[in-house]
Amino acid sequence: MRFFEFLGKYYILMTKVFSKPEKIKIYRKRILFEVEALGFNSIGIAAIISIFMGAVVTLQMSINLESPFIPQVLIGYATREVMIMEFSSTVVALILAGKVGSNIASEIGTMRITEQIDALEIMGVNSAGYLILPKIIATVLFFPFLTILSIGIGCAGGYFVAMFTGIMNPDTYIDGLKMDFKPFSITYSLIKTAVFAAIITSISGFYGYYAKGNSLEVGKASTKAVVVSSITILIFNLIITQLILIG
Amino acid sequence: MIRTENLVKSFNDRIVLNNITTVFEQGKTNLIIGQSGSGKTVLLKSLVGLHPIDSGSIYYDDVCFSDLNFKDLKRIRKDIGMIFQGGALLDSSTVEDNVKLPLDLFTNQTEEEKLERVNFCLNRVELLNANQRYPAEISGGMVKRVAIARAIVLNPKYLFCDEPNSGLDPVTSCVIDNLIKEITQEYQITTIINTHDMNSVMEIGDKIVYIHKGNKWWEGSNDDILRSDNKELNEFVFASAMAKRAKLATL
Repeated sequence: MRFFEFLGKYYILMTKVFSKPEKIKIYRKRILFEVEALGFNSIGIAAIISIFMGAVVTLQMSINLESPFIPQVLIGYATREVMIMEFSSTVVALILAGKVGSNIASEIGTMRITEQIDALEIMGVNSAGYLILPKIIATVLFFPFLTILSIGIGCAGGYFVAMFTGIMNPDTYIDGLKMDFKPFSITYSLIKTAVFAAIITSISGFYGYYAKGNSLEVGKASTKAVVVSSITILIFNLIITQLILIG
Repeated sequence: MIRTENLVKSFNDRIVLNNITTVFEQGKTNLIIGQSGSGKTVLLKSLVGLHPIDSGSIYYDDVCFSDLNFKDLKRIRKDIGMIFQGGALLDSSTVEDNVKLPLDLFTNQTEEEKLERVNFCLNRVELLNANQRYPAEISGGMVKRVAIARAIVLNPKYLFCDEPNSGLDPVTSCVIDNLIKEITQEYQITTIINTHDMNSVMEIGDKIVYIHKGNKWWEGSNDDILRSDNKELNEFVFASAMAKRAKLATL
């Protein structure tokens, strides 16, 4: 029953979010602000995680594929595929659900309990659209760049491991990265990222917008936003993979 | 002028406002007073449409506010200014941007015209050299002034204030009270203030509505209060020994 109540309230909020903006110019300004706040400020964490994950994946592959019958070039290939197909889209999205999702829920939740949202409503502003739509647009546009960055940095992490640990020839690793490359994999990864970005911002915005009470409740709303966003990302990962790769 | 007729509001079958019928007059500071939990904040929020009412009517001049559809409601909201208890300034925007926001959203003025209007309103509330500061960087009294500046920037016809003096020292409270009264008279606004500050009641209460347990218990002016024999009103207004002595001395 509560699930259907959630769906109903989420749908009503989204109709408000996607209704016609009061002034496009103001929204454009806010989108740029959110690109910086939610996108640029997430580059650091995405980069750090990606370089270490790329390095670890390369190490694991080299340990597990240590056989005279398996060519070493497959290590670079496997690292690239892991980064493109799952890590840089799904795992980075899960991490961003924690960072960006909690940020959005707590920001909007605090605005709710300090009557800032009421103030916007009194002014005649569509508060849901004004606060949530720029965040959705900013993340849907910017997170795919984070994914591309994450793929590049992850592959570079593997290269550094190959170079500094001597587990394999770095040139062989590069050959593996280039081997049997399908550009559609990138498209698949970017589609997933855009969907995950919309999920993170809309669900977190939802929990923040309907927060009530005090700071304790804002904290709870923030936690719920992260948990629900993460679970929804995993479910949609399965659905999108089924639709795009298996069809 | 704002008028309510038989206004009823309940939460989960608990009636919070019971048949409130009253008139808030234009160009006057109308005060809603009452004990904590009496329903005065609910009344104020019902008047601005933040709480949908169960039954009855709210009229803004001749327009039935409670019957308006979303589009018309949006139009009339541009005539409403509201000062919230905590100021409710947008934390991520500067003082200037907070005051400019309604102009950005609802006018086609140039940036220079908007800045001129913002500076005029900030000067009006005697807040100088704070344009680029954030709400967290200014005092409580300054936050209230910015909130007043934002509320009047679109020249509203109706001004609502939810406990504008809460958390302020007596001197700053007087300054804020006088500012609201001056603005009300200067622009002939219908101002409704929700308060339990007795200084405000005595200083600026052109019309006072006393709410007791969700009912309109008494109404009159600040002069009438001194002569009223309403038991609950007297217990509320003259709760302190000093206030009782002041009343006796006046009579």
